[in-house]
Amino acid sequence: MKTKKPMAIGLLILGIVSILLALYLDVTNLQLSYNLTAKTSFSINGMLLIIGALLVIVGMYTFPTRKHKKIINILFLFPLLFSFAVTVLVPFGFGIFYSMTDWNGIDFNKFVGIANYVTMFKSADYLYSLLITVIFTVVNMILVNFAAFALALLCTSKVKGKSFYQAAYFLPNLIGGIVLGYVWQFIFNKVFTTVIAGSDSMLTDPNLAMVAILIVSTWQYAGYIMMIYLTGLTSVPKDVLEAANVDGANSWTTLLKIKVPMIANTFTICIFLTLVNSFKQFDLNLAITNGAPARVLGEKIIQSTEFLALNIYNTAIGKNQYALGQTKAVVFFVILAAVSLTQVSISKKREVEM
Amino acid sequence: MKAQKRRRLIADIVGCIIAIIVLMPFFLVLINSAKSSADIVVSPIALPTNWGQMLTNMSNVINNQNFSYWTSFASSMLITVVSLVLLIVFSSMAAWVLSRNKTKWSNVIFMIFVSAMVIPFQVVMLPLLSTFRGFSTFTGIQMLSSYKGIIFAYLGFGGSMSVFILHGFIKNIPYELEEAAWIDGCTPEGTFFRIIFPLLKPVQVTVLILNGLWVWNDYLLPSLMLGLNGKIKTLPVAVSSFVGSYVKQWDLILSAAFLAMIPIVVLFLFAQKQIIHGMVEGAIK
Repeated sequence: MKTKKPMAIGLLILGIVSILLALYLDVTNLQLSYNLTAKTSFSINGMLLIIGALLVIVGMYTFPTRKHKKIINILFLFPLLFSFAVTVLVPFGFGIFYSMTDWNGIDFNKFVGIANYVTMFKSADYLYSLLITVIFTVVNMILVNFAAFALALLCTSKVKGKSFYQAAYFLPNLIGGIVLGYVWQFIFNKVFTTVIAGSDSMLTDPNLAMVAILIVSTWQYAGYIMMIYLTGLTSVPKDVLEAANVDGANSWTTLLKIKVPMIANTFTICIFLTLVNSFKQFDLNLAITNGAPARVLGEKIIQSTEFLALNIYNTAIGKNQYALGQTKAVVFFVILAAVSLTQVSISKKREVEM
Repeated sequence: MKAQKRRRLIADIVGCIIAIIVLMPFFLVLINSAKSSADIVVSPIALPTNWGQMLTNMSNVINNQNFSYWTSFASSMLITVVSLVLLIVFSSMAAWVLSRNKTKWSNVIFMIFVSAMVIPFQVVMLPLLSTFRGFSTFTGIQMLSSYKGIIFAYLGFGGSMSVFILHGFIKNIPYELEEAAWIDGCTPEGTFFRIIFPLLKPVQVTVLILNGLWVWNDYLLPSLMLGLNGKIKTLPVAVSSFVGSYVKQWDLILSAAFLAMIPIVVLFLFAQKQIIHGMVEGAIK
């Protein structure tokens, strides 16, 4: 106990000194680095900072005190909270602020208020993108849930090899949208045009390209949602179903009057999950069409299948309009937050009823 | 009885047809990655005449400068494994502290974690890049196009959902367990690592699978943080950069896609139950 205290204090002091030294070097713009080999070098400033932080942590940990539990609490929370704050909270705050400036990705010159928002809602390509994203989201939600529920019913019936079917339907969901998107681009451009000889690729027509993305998205996602429905359906108590059977209900009535109402909660989860995920669709969109083909709307040429997430990406990274891209992202967030709040309030209401 | 039999037969046929349709794209990838470019032009649906072509295609793709399969595979592996380990340990620690301390602060922090699950990546990605760039120039710690930067980012982005799932689980572990350990003279950190942490295994598998698939398949974050042609590439980024430089060379692109799919498909064959269970659990919570 007696030797512990000075040691802990020593570590703390050493750590704080090294952090302060690192910060001092940073503030005075003195970047020291050590060349390990001709090509690799590491920054002494950064090293000092990390070592200092580690020393402080060890010092705090070994510091003998009655408040040891509190210190542990802080140390346990710190790593996750720190990374969360740096990667999510701080950029989120900056993001909302930047959307009201003329930010160019590095710095900004002036505060412009809501000018970006006005520009955004006046630009035809954004409004078009918003519109098709909403259409895609709703249609995709309906398609995926229909397909998934039908598949779930199929998998609960007395089919042979159920587990094989489940695995097969689930498989597309495991592979990244980028890879699958390129595969499907091949299927639309080469395979379908061969199967229906002489036809044009679906991806060259604005409306059919949208249908193409819907097909792939349903194909990829239905298996996952099916699994959630399956979990719901198998949770319906057996005795209730038996009672219905004894009472002479046929399978349709059992489905509509017993199963569906009993898994209403599952429906809410699946519907909102597909809504949110379809709205955020990016990978497939990028890999299948990347916004193409172009469509003439009024007098303007517009990318016909550019959903919001891709539109944000292209505005900022492609056209280098960071402030405008960030503005679109903020609106994107607001819409998603509204959808999620709706879901929470619906599930809350149902809990009260139960 | 006859009607029932017929219905079962119909269900069998329908299930089979759907399975064939669903698996068709994978089959097409398989057969076309064993064809030369010319053969694909002739017919993309015919079976390959010479399966040996697959090896030629594979070796072309694996040794390709833009794809460099083994390096990308190793990078993806490293990023995924390290992120997951850190995420599991740190989020279990945080969730334990947050669920065992019923103070105002722990409530506030937990609520922030929960509400942050709504934040889409798009709204933070641009400021994130500039924050990381600023952090790098200020402290000299390289955050962009480096392993530590991207792992740090995954820790931050995966944190809120992981804490949420783990928090719900820890709440149901009886507190008496910890009190008993405390009375026996166990330190709080000992209590956590020896008693609570092992109990979390089932829910940690869920967290592991959800985050693992996400990190492994993620494209946008690595493409922004590592760059499309940077030194470090994850598999999805490598596929995309490969497609960008070999436009319409379908034999090579499909071989690349095939190679990129293999690891996950193999994993799925071995851990099918856990993966499906994990993903469903994650969605319901």
